[in-house]
Amino acid sequence: MEIIVDRAKCTSLGICESLAPDVFEVDDNGELVLKAATVPDGLRDDVEAAIAGCPTEALRLRD
Amino acid sequence: MGASPERIVVVGASLAGLRAVEAARKAGFGGPVTLIGAEDHLPYDRPPLSKAYLDEGDPVTPWFRTADHLTGELGIDLRLGTPASALDTASRTVVVGRDEIPYDVAVIATGARPRTLPGADGLAGVHTLRTLDDARAVRAALDAGARTVVVGAGFIGSEVASGARKRGLPVTVVEAMPTPLVRAVGEAMGQRCAALHRANGTDLRCGVGVAGFEGDGRVERVRLSDGTAVEADLVVVGVGAQPATGWLAGSGVTLDDGVVCDATLATGGPGVYAAGDVARWHNPLFDRPMRLEHWTSAAEQGAAAVRNALDPSAARPYETVPYFWSDWYDTRIQFVGVPTADEVVVVEDGSGAAGGRQVALYREGDRLVGALTVNGQSVIMKYRGLIMRRTSWADALDFARARREA
Ligand SMILES: Cc1cc2nc3c(=O)[nH]c(=O)nc-3n(C[C@H](O)[C@H](O)[C@H](O)COP(=O)(O)OP(=O)(O)OC[C@H]3O[C@@H](n4cnc5c(N)ncnc54)[C@H](O)[C@@H]3O)c2cc1C
Ligand code: SF4
Repeated sequence: MEIIVDRAKCTSLGICESLAPDVFEVDDNGELVLKAATVPDGLRDDVEAAIAGCPTEALRLRD
Repeated sequence: MGASPERIVVVGASLAGLRAVEAARKAGFGGPVTLIGAEDHLPYDRPPLSKAYLDEGDPVTPWFRTADHLTGELGIDLRLGTPASALDTASRTVVVGRDEIPYDVAVIATGARPRTLPGADGLAGVHTLRTLDDARAVRAALDAGARTVVVGAGFIGSEVASGARKRGLPVTVVEAMPTPLVRAVGEAMGQRCAALHRANGTDLRCGVGVAGFEGDGRVERVRLSDGTAVEADLVVVGVGAQPATGWLAGSGVTLDDGVVCDATLATGGPGVYAAGDVARWHNPLFDRPMRLEHWTSAAEQGAAAVRNALDPSAARPYETVPYFWSDWYDTRIQFVGVPTADEVVVVEDGSGAAGGRQVALYREGDRLVGALTVNGQSVIMKYRGLIMRRTSWADALDFARARREA
C-alpha cells in the first residue's frame, strides 16, 4: 500500500507524526516528510489512525 | 438493548457527529442512522472560519462532505435545520420538532456555544464566531474595511485580530486578564503570545473589561472599564464557549459542565454516549475528567463513541494527549497536554528573532504533562509522543537539551 500526501491540503499540523512517527515527520521547514513510501509491516493500524486523524484529510492509501 | 443495536441516532451534525456516523458505517452497521443538526448547513469544518476563511479573496467554504455522499453513499437520514429538543433515556427516543425518533444507540455531539456579553442585543455589527453564518458576517465586515474590536485575547479572538491585520485594518483587542491565555498556557507563555500581537500592530489592552456598547442600531463604539472608548464597526466577542446541554435537562443524563461520561464515553444512560466539545469524559492518560474544545479529540471521540456503543463488551477507553493549534499572523502556536502545571520551563527561546522557535515544557510532579511551541512544528509531536509514553520530567529535559544542541 502506497501512502499518498496531497501537498495542497497538508498544513503540516503533524497529527500524523504523533500517531505514526516511524512513517511521518514534519521537518524544520515545516514540511511533511514521508519516512516510508509504503505502509511498513505491522504499522497498518497506526497509518490508518494517522489518515483518520489528519484535520485536512490530506492522506490516503493507494493499492 | 437487544443482542445488537438496530437504530442509531446522532445529535449534532458537525465534526464529532459526522465522524460518528461514518464510523458506524465503517464498522459495518447497516441499519438506520439519523444525523440531527440544528444548523441549516451540511457539516463543515470550524478551524478555518477564524483563519483562511477571513482572508482577502474568494472564500472557500470548508464543507466536509456533500449531501450526496451522506445520504446516498452512506445512507444517512439527515435532519438539518431543526434542533433536537429532548432526549428520553427511559423510552429511548430523541425529540425533533414533532417527531420522536427511537434509538438503541444515541450519540450526543452537540458541541459548544459561544458565551455572549450583555448589552449587545439588537446591535448590528457585534458577533461571536462559532458558525459559518457568523464567519460570513465577520468576513463581510472586514471586506467593508471595518475598524475591529476583539473582546477576549483567546485563540479565536487572536486569530480574528490576525486576519484583520493581514488586511491592514486597525484592530484593538480587549482582554480582562492582565495576561492573555493564562489559563490555557500559563503566565510566561501568555506574555510571549501577547508580544506577537504587539509586534504585528494590534492594539492589545489587558486588564480592562467592556463596560458597554454604543451605537444607533449598529455598533459605533465600545466603552471600556478604564473610562476610555474605542470606535468600532465590527466587534467580535471571543470570551469562551459553554457545552450545548440545555436540551438535555430532565433527560436523566448527568450534566456537569458538559455531559459526564466514563472512559469509554458512555453516559450511563442505556446506549447513550457523548463525543466532542460537549463531552466531559475520564481521560485515563491523565487520570482525570476533561472536557476539551479541540478538533482532534472531537474527531476521534465521535468515532470511538460509536465503536464502543456498537460493541460495549469490547469497549475501549478513549485516552489522548490533548492537542490544539492556532495560527496568529505568520506564527503557528501548538500545544499538547495539559497546562495546569507545577512548573513551566522555557527550553528554547527564539523570541528575539522573527520566526524564531520557542518551546515551553510543563511539569506535574515528576512527569512531563504539556508542551507549547511557537514555530515549533518539527518538535511538537515528538513531545506529544513523550507525554503519551508518560515520560519523566528529567528525561524530557534531557530530550530538550539534545534537541537544542542538535
Ligand atoms: C472559529 C473556530 C476556530 C477553531 N480553531 C481550532 C483550531 O485551530 N484548533 C483546534 O484544535 N480546534 C479549533 N476549534 C475547535 C473545534 O472546531 C471544535 O473542537 C470542534 O468543532 C468540536 O466539534 P463538535 O462536533 O464536538 O462540536 P461543534 O463543532 O460545536 O458542533 C456541534 C453541532 O451541534 C449542533 N447542535 C447544538 N445543539 C443541537 C441540538 N439540540 N440538536 C441538534 N444539533 C445541535 C450545533 O449547531 C453544531 O453544529 C475552533 C473552533 C472555532 C469555532
Ligand atoms: S496530519 Fe495531515 S495536515 Fe498534518 S502534517 Fe499530517 S498530513 Fe499534513
